[in-house]
Amino acid sequence: MDSVVVNHIVKTYGDVRALTDISLTVEAGELFGLIGPDGAGKTTLFRILTTLLLPDSGSALVCGLDVAKDWREIRTRVGYMPGRFSLYQDLSVEENLSFFATVFNTTVKENYDLIRDIYVQIEPFKNRRAGKLSGGMKQKLALCCALIHRPDVLLLDEPTTGVDPVSRVEFWDMLDRLKKQGIGILVSTPYMDEASRCDRIALMRDGRCFTTGSPGHVCQSFQKLVYSVRSANMYKLLADVRSWPGTYACYTFGDSHHLTLKDDAPNLENLETCLKEKGHTDVLLNPVKPGVEDCFMELGAN
Amino acid sequence: MNPFVSFTRKEFYHIFRDVRTMAILLIIPVILIILFGYAISTEIKSSPLAVLDYSRDEVTNRLTEQLQAGEYFTVYRTVDSYEEVETLFRQGKIRLAVVFPAQFSSTGQPAVQILADATDPNEATALLQYATAIISTSGVAGGNLSAEAGRPGVVPTANLLYNPQMKGAYNFVPGVMGLILILICSMMTSVGIVKEKESGTMEILLVSPLKPVYIILAKATPYLLLSMINIATILLLSRFLLDVPVAGSMILLVSISILYALVSLCLGLLISTVADTQQAAMLISGMALMLPVMLLSGMIFPVENMPWILRVLSAIVPAKWYIIAVKDVMIKGLGIEAILNEIGVMLCMILFLIAVSVKRFKTRL
Repeated sequence: MDSVVVNHIVKTYGDVRALTDISLTVEAGELFGLIGPDGAGKTTLFRILTTLLLPDSGSALVCGLDVAKDWREIRTRVGYMPGRFSLYQDLSVEENLSFFATVFNTTVKENYDLIRDIYVQIEPFKNRRAGKLSGGMKQKLALCCALIHRPDVLLLDEPTTGVDPVSRVEFWDMLDRLKKQGIGILVSTPYMDEASRCDRIALMRDGRCFTTGSPGHVCQSFQKLVYSVRSANMYKLLADVRSWPGTYACYTFGDSHHLTLKDDAPNLENLETCLKEKGHTDVLLNPVKPGVEDCFMELGAN
Repeated sequence: MNPFVSFTRKEFYHIFRDVRTMAILLIIPVILIILFGYAISTEIKSSPLAVLDYSRDEVTNRLTEQLQAGEYFTVYRTVDSYEEVETLFRQGKIRLAVVFPAQFSSTGQPAVQILADATDPNEATALLQYATAIISTSGVAGGNLSAEAGRPGVVPTANLLYNPQMKGAYNFVPGVMGLILILICSMMTSVGIVKEKESGTMEILLVSPLKPVYIILAKATPYLLLSMINIATILLLSRFLLDVPVAGSMILLVSISILYALVSLCLGLLISTVADTQQAAMLISGMALMLPVMLLSGMIFPVENMPWILRVLSAIVPAKWYIIAVKDVMIKGLGIEAILNEIGVMLCMILFLIAVSVKRFKTRL
């Protein structure tokens, strides 16, 4: 059975259209990533799936249950981690965990095996108040609390936002282990580099869901060639490349700029000479494999 | 462990770990009782008085001493002329002046003139009554001083029941109890629930099998215990600091106080379903409850003298019923049969408020 099925969901807040015709499916044991910037509508979708909001139209099934009709049952079966840290800051790690266990009529002991790998990392701080934990620790504790009742589906809204890179990698390792237990996981993130850790991803922007598929598939569907451009003066380079007539789009990607060309662009030697004329030194132009981020920027450009 | 028990325990953690808030909740009643007990008092105590004595004999001296002896008056000065009396009144140095004419005790019909500053009519009336009472009951001049002396007719014998010394505390202690309990209890619960909305924890609680009624009742339980501490503080202070004795059954008094605290807690629950921020909850429970309770509960102004629309409105102010019940039990010493009506009204209010709060409790965002 599919963990999550979303069919043509529309949600508006007054005049603002938060979600426009969203459809996607998360299979059991699958790690599905919603990739999109702030304001893409990711949180709204999570709130609909956790039955906290009702969609204006369309339908959604979680664990095979309808979010509008069977909301009570759904609430006992999903594990939900909201985008904002939402545990009791004045309770200790241990108290938070056992509180959420009893809320779901279970005990920490009963489901300890599911959270053991995560919990051992925060166990040394089990008497510390949750509000005094570091960002990564907080997220691990929140994940433990979301898992403590052995949910069938895990809904994680931006679990790694504000977490250091090492903890982020650890967090994704945990999700890998969890999906092997057969739990369907829907996770959202604004970080493109995390997309490759998902089985499948959907690119979201402005309440719309664009390409859906495995990260590789999404990248393959990218039609254009991508080049990385570098020079001694990166800041000036961006403006200069953009002003070159053959440039379709050029964006900063870490330590280089990624460039896509128009169909009728002159060849790259023209660009290189053009840049040298403008005083750039150490110009490096290399073709690169398109990543998820390239696909994403392409969506934005359209 | 039962989810309800676990939830209640969690609430206790919240309360005990927020030392500042807990201190405020426990100290506010003490401050209010002291404030109302000493600062806002309508009682006559040591009012300054001037004596203009043209007679200056043994009898007038004794009368002056008796006026001075009670706790109502202190003789500010003995003066020699009406001009002086007027000056003192104008300067606000005295509230009352007593004038004994020349040959006071030797005339057959001794008369005393009493002048009062009537800018505050209630106070002036009270002062006049006290002064008249002291002089006429003094027994000086063979009882001839009484207004009715020597005249045939009806002699009324006034008897002040339940509060013979006419102490203001007897009236305001029940009122302050009504005010403090409703303010603190409603504020505690409303802020408690709204805090969960603000911090986002409500979002997780909603996505759980917890029923709204569990959340609501588990929130109210610890605060009920806290308000019982408040009840104890208020009763101890009024007994030992303000000398208001508990004439009736202590158990009955505590029971109706707990019942009233429950009404207030439920009112707080209702407020929490309306307010979205802690400030809003504070404002509603603080300001919006304070005025009706102070004005319409009979705490300061008697409800009987109000226009009918306000009398009707006062019936929905829980404090009104509580204050009536407390006065009956605490001051008059009546038993439960006298306050069945008030208990019934408060019970209905609890059921109504819980039903409305559970119904209004948003199960979605």
